Amino acid sequence: MTRSTRIVCTRWGVSLGLILLLEAACRSGVVPTLAVLPPSEMFAAMLELLSTEEVLANVAATFSTVAVAFLAAVLIGFAAGVALHGLPRFRRAIDPLLASYYSVPIFVFYPLLVALFGLSALPLIAIGFLAALPAMLIATLLGLDRVPPVLRRVARMHRLGSARTAALVILPAALPNLFQGIKLSLAYAFIGVIAGEFILSGGGLGYAIAYAYESFDNRTMYGLMLFVLLSAVISNTLLSTWESRLQRRRWRA
Amino acid sequence: MTRREGLLDGTLILLAMLAVWQALYQYAGSAALTPPWATARYAVELLGTPTFWGHATQTLSAFAWSVAISAVLGIALGLWFGAFRFAGDVAEPMLASLYTIPKVTLYPVMLLLFGLGPSAKIAFGVIHGMIPVVLFTLGAVKNIRPVLLRAARSLRLSPMQTARFVLVPAVLPEIASGLRVGFSLCLLGVLIGEMFASQRGIGFLIINGINSHNVKLTTAVTLIVIVFAVGANSALLALDRRLHHRG
Repeated sequence: MTRSTRIVCTRWGVSLGLILLLEAACRSGVVPTLAVLPPSEMFAAMLELLSTEEVLANVAATFSTVAVAFLAAVLIGFAAGVALHGLPRFRRAIDPLLASYYSVPIFVFYPLLVALFGLSALPLIAIGFLAALPAMLIATLLGLDRVPPVLRRVARMHRLGSARTAALVILPAALPNLFQGIKLSLAYAFIGVIAGEFILSGGGLGYAIAYAYESFDNRTMYGLMLFVLLSAVISNTLLSTWESRLQRRRWRA
Repeated sequence: MTRREGLLDGTLILLAMLAVWQALYQYAGSAALTPPWATARYAVELLGTPTFWGHATQTLSAFAWSVAISAVLGIALGLWFGAFRFAGDVAEPMLASLYTIPKVTLYPVMLLLFGLGPSAKIAFGVIHGMIPVVLFTLGAVKNIRPVLLRAARSLRLSPMQTARFVLVPAVLPEIASGLRVGFSLCLLGVLIGEMFASQRGIGFLIINGINSHNVKLTTAVTLIVIVFAVGANSALLALDRRLHHRG
């Protein structure tokens, strides 16, 4: 067994062990079942909930909001990153803003967004978008910074036009950072939308969890919570796997 | 770029932001936000009232506890995972995926476990702020240059001396970066906690302002939070850069 398989196996073992430990702690009453459901029941509750129309509608609402926010953030963040890379002085000037951006809890802007966009999905999309945008922008800037100058010279030597230089040389060289940005953007858009729903809005999965908590419906609450957490972990793992596959191909090339 | 140019650019950016704020006010009206000057004046007025400080003390003490707990636990766990390579390799992706989950969904669990008091807020701040501290510390210990450890060995430093003169100075800058990120996330966690199911604190003031359409209050408190967050972050960033460029 190689070291990396051993690591992966241990990781699964530890995760399973923790789940079993929680199960045992709940079943034996160390953790009161009123506070935490045993994982097996969470899972059963999740499956039950996912077969009801109402929950599926919430899932669709939340996922589509996240998708729009994520795509907009990636496209606009990338474009803004490219533009900003070409304007070094402007970039230096707004650098402190970018560095402090994530220290401001953006949920405080929700009422403003509601006043601007009205009570629709738009304020939530805006929250997700605002949470995800700087991650993509910063990743794009870093990626473009790290393109080795020798590659640009090679492109000039081959007399590539600027479009072909961008497509064949610069984009592939910046890809690892761009991918990192895409991954973070998805995570942040998801966090932003769920938190927005949870605290402030009247729909979607986040709201359903808050509502279940307030009506002491622990089964629904834990079922939905497990679904949200699993969705986040699975999407993140899929992107990471794809990323490392791309990375390996780069090394082979 | 000269220092003068930097100052000029900074001022221009600040003015541009104030202009955008004013324009938003013209567009959305007083149902959405109050204009910059009036907000600043009301914020200063708020800072002179004992009610505000009652809420602020609640938030600041929960925040201070969660930063302290995140720092101690985060550094300890990070050093441990960093020192035992195998444990670190097992844990790192798990921590990274914990970092990307919407932790707000876990807040009800904190409330059920810790009750409706400050401890739920603190715990919630800790689960936000601790992970970056662990990840940065782990990375710092893992990537320490082997030549430094060899130098310590060849100088026959005792383990205590190695820690004091080699390990700590080598990992300190990274830990400072982790603490800066953790600091912001603790604040986020505590504020979110107060915005949901709480009767006290700055987050409660904001949510209360939203629910009672007190735009003046919400905008002013938001301004205070932003100034505090950006100010603290800039100070920590300056410290961070000094540590990274030292020596």
